[in-house]
Amino acid sequence: MASNPKIIVIGGGLAGLSAVIKIAEMGGQVDLFSIVPVKRSHSVCAQGGINAAKNLKGEGDSTWKHFDDTIYGGDFLANQPPVKAMCDAAPGIIDLLDRMGVPFNRTPEGLLDFRRFGGTLYNRTAFAGATTGQQLLYALDEQVRRYEAEGKVKKYEHWEFLSAVLDGNRVCRGICAMDLRSMEVRTFPADAIIVCTGGIGAIFGKSTNSVVCTGSAQSALYQQGCYYANGEFIQVHPTSIPGEDKLRLMSESARGEGGRVWVPKTPGDKRDPKSIPQSERWYFLEEWYPKYGNLVPRDVATRAIFKVVYEHNLGIDGKPMVYLDLTHIDRRILDRKLEGILEIYEKFVGDDPREVPMKIFPGMHYTMGGMWVDFNQATNIPGIYSAGESEYQYHGANRLGANSLVSCIFGGFIAGPAAVQYARDAASAPGNGHFDAERKRQEENNATLMKSDGKENPFKLWRELGELMTKNCTVIRYNKALQETDVKLCELLERFRHINLSDRSQWANTTVVFARQLYNMLQLSRVIAQGAAMRDESRGSHYKPDFPDRDDKNWLKTTKAYFAPDADEPKFEFEPVDISLIPPRPRKY
Amino acid sequence: MADNKTVVIKIKRQDNPNQASRWEEFSVPYRPNMNVISALMDIAADPVTRDGKKTTPITYDSNCLEEVCGSCAMLINGRARMACSALVDQLEQPIRLEPFSKFPVVRDLATDRSVIFENLKAVKAWVPIDGTYDLGSGPRMTAEEQEAAYPLSRCISCCCCMEACPQFNEDTGFVGAATISQVRLFNTHPTGAALKRERLAALMGDGGIQECGYAQNCVEVCPKDIPLTRSISEVGGDVMKQAVGDLFRR
Repeated sequence: MASNPKIIVIGGGLAGLSAVIKIAEMGGQVDLFSIVPVKRSHSVCAQGGINAAKNLKGEGDSTWKHFDDTIYGGDFLANQPPVKAMCDAAPGIIDLLDRMGVPFNRTPEGLLDFRRFGGTLYNRTAFAGATTGQQLLYALDEQVRRYEAEGKVKKYEHWEFLSAVLDGNRVCRGICAMDLRSMEVRTFPADAIIVCTGGIGAIFGKSTNSVVCTGSAQSALYQQGCYYANGEFIQVHPTSIPGEDKLRLMSESARGEGGRVWVPKTPGDKRDPKSIPQSERWYFLEEWYPKYGNLVPRDVATRAIFKVVYEHNLGIDGKPMVYLDLTHIDRRILDRKLEGILEIYEKFVGDDPREVPMKIFPGMHYTMGGMWVDFNQATNIPGIYSAGESEYQYHGANRLGANSLVSCIFGGFIAGPAAVQYARDAASAPGNGHFDAERKRQEENNATLMKSDGKENPFKLWRELGELMTKNCTVIRYNKALQETDVKLCELLERFRHINLSDRSQWANTTVVFARQLYNMLQLSRVIAQGAAMRDESRGSHYKPDFPDRDDKNWLKTTKAYFAPDADEPKFEFEPVDISLIPPRPRKY
Repeated sequence: MADNKTVVIKIKRQDNPNQASRWEEFSVPYRPNMNVISALMDIAADPVTRDGKKTTPITYDSNCLEEVCGSCAMLINGRARMACSALVDQLEQPIRLEPFSKFPVVRDLATDRSVIFENLKAVKAWVPIDGTYDLGSGPRMTAEEQEAAYPLSRCISCCCCMEACPQFNEDTGFVGAATISQVRLFNTHPTGAALKRERLAALMGDGGIQECGYAQNCVEVCPKDIPLTRSISEVGGDVMKQAVGDLFRR
C-alpha cells in the first residue's frame, strides 16, 4: 500500500523518538503523541550512562562480553538473539549520539570516557556527567524537531492515548486519544502504531518514575488483546532517596565512581557518620561479594540492604536506611563526573554528599516485564509495535544498570523500520466504521466516570494500591501475601465502581484523566501479582524465600498474560526461552 | 515539632483561559522534608479549602519531580521556580502559588509554554547530521570543550528565565535567554557550527538579542545555574559581527 506510510508513535522518550527518526528518514509520516511535551519525558531522569563495549580502556572488553553480562545479569530469562543484536549495535549507537552532539565526558586525549557500572567488571558505560538520559533525550528531541520543521513529523503534545482502533479482523488501524486540555476524544488513522510509553512506577505509589509512568497505555492494550509478558519482574533500585512525593534515584554511577555502601556495626549507633572509625563500619556488599563489591547487580544489592536492615536490624538510627558514602573521593572528580546527582541530593535533602555520607534505601525503579513483542518489536496484534520499557524483551529477570538507554534506542531503531515495512506490505483497511465505535466507547467511559457519585476518592484509592503493591510485590514475595494482594485488588476494582470525581468540569480536568489511569493500573496490577504468585522459584528480581533457588526445569519460561474479557481477569500461558547462544549456568556474583 | 503542624497555601486559580482568576486558601498537614508538589498532592486527595468549602484538585504541570524535566515551573512567593525543588521548610507561609504571568494560563497553575519549543525550531537548535546510519565516531573534543558545552546543554526549557525577564513581553517579542544560550551551544559544536550564520540571522532584528536589557534576572532564577548572561554577551558579539559583515558585503 502507501509507499509513504503514516505511523503513529505514542510516547516521546528515547524509544519513541528513536523510532520517529528512523521512520522520517525512511520517508514515512509520523504523528507523535505524548502526555507531556516530549522534551519533558521520563528518559531525562536516567542518570549514570549508557553501555557499549567500545573497549577504549584496553581491558579486552567485547560485545560478546556485554551480551554475556546482560544475559547472566538477567538470570537467563531473556530470549538471547535480540539481546546479542542490541549489544552488537551498542557501539554504533554511541557513535551516532556522539555525532548528534551529546556532550559525553572525555578522556584527556579527547576520546569518550567510560566508567564502571553494576554487573560487569569492565569500564563499559559512556556518560554525560550524571544526567546522561537528559542529554541523550535532548539530542534525539533536537533531531525530531528538525524533522518537525521539515513537515515530516506532527506532534500531539498534551494528548493521552486511550486505546487502539481495531478492525473486524482485529488488525490495528489507528488510535483513540484524548486532548488533555479540551477533553476532546478523537480517533486518528494510521498504517501502524508504535507504543513507547515507558514504565509503570505509579502502580507502586511512590517510585523513582515520573508522574506519567502509569502503565495505562500498556494496560489498555492488554485489555484489548495484547499479551503482557513477565509482568512479575520488577526492579527495585538499591539506592534511592526516600521522599514525600516520590523516591528520587541516586544513580549506580555513584558506586561506579567508587561510592561505598555501609552501616555502623552497632545497632542504633547515634554518632555522626564521619566520626565512626573504619573498624566500626560494616561494608557488607564488599564483604559478601568480594569480586564485584558495591557493583553487584541491583537485585542482589537490594536484597543485601534488606537483609542488613530487617534481619540484622542495622538500619541507620533503627530506620530503613543505609549509608552511600562518597566523602573519600576528590571533590573535583565528583563535580566533573557526578554533579547532577549530587545536586539532587543537596537540593532535596539539604546535605552536601561531598561532605556527608548519603542516606539511601531501595525504591521501585523499573519493570523488566512489558508488552510481549517478537524480535521485530511487533506485538501479537497486527499493526501494533512496542519499544522501550513498555516492552519486555531485553532484560530478562533483572536489568543491568546503563542497559535501559541502549535498549530504548535499539528497540526504537528496530520498531520504526519494522512498522514502515509492515505498513508497506499491509492491505488497506476494510472500512472505517470501527473508528466511530471506539470513540463512542471511550466517550462513554468518560461520561460514566463523570456521572458516578459514590464515595471513593481516586487519589486515596491510588495510595492504597501503591502501599499494597510495594509491600507484597517488590523485593520479598510470599504466596500467601500475593494471593491476598489479588483479592485486595479485586476489592479496589469494585470500589473503583463507586468513585466520585471531585472535578466534573470539561476543561483540563486532571481528575478524570487520573481516574482512567487508575483503572488501568488496577487491571495491570493483577497481572503482576498473579504472575508472581504462579512463579514458584527465585530468579533475578523475583525472590521467594519459600522457593529460594532458580528452577530452570519448570520455570525457564516467559510468562504471557492475556486478558479474558468475560472473566474480567488475566489468564496465563508460558513460552520457552530462546537459549540458543549461551547455555544457562548458575548465577553467583 | 508538634504533630498537628500545618502548612498554609494560597493558590491563584483560574478555571480556563477565558475566566477571571480567584484565590483559594488551603491548609495541609506538615511533614518534614515536604515540597510544594506533595502539598498539591495532598489537596488532590482531599480538595477542601481552609474554610471547609469543597473545591476541585489543582491543575498543574509536573512529571519528573526531580528538577530535570522542566514541567512544574510556577511563581512561588512571587519567584519563578520549580515546584518540585521548592521545599516547604525554606518557604515563608502562607505559601503563595501563582501561574506564570507572561504565558497563557491553561488552568490554575498550568500555563502554555510551547513558545520555547517554537523558538528552538526558529534558531535551528540541532546538529545537522547526515543520517543515522553508521558513519563512525563524532568529532573529537577536548575535555575542556565538553566541560564548556555540558552546562549549556542542561537547560530544561522551564522558561523561568523568560518569566523573570523585564524585556520578555508582547511589546518586544523577545526570544529570551534560554534560546540564545542554545544558539551558543550549537554554534560552538564542530558540526553544529554549519548552521551558525542562520542561527545568528534568526536573532537579529525585532524580538532578537538586541532586546536584552541586561537586567540579569535570568541568571538569577535559572534552576540549573546556566551562565545565561555570558551566553547572551557571546552570542550578542557574534550577531553584531555578522551584522557588520553583512553590511559590507552588500
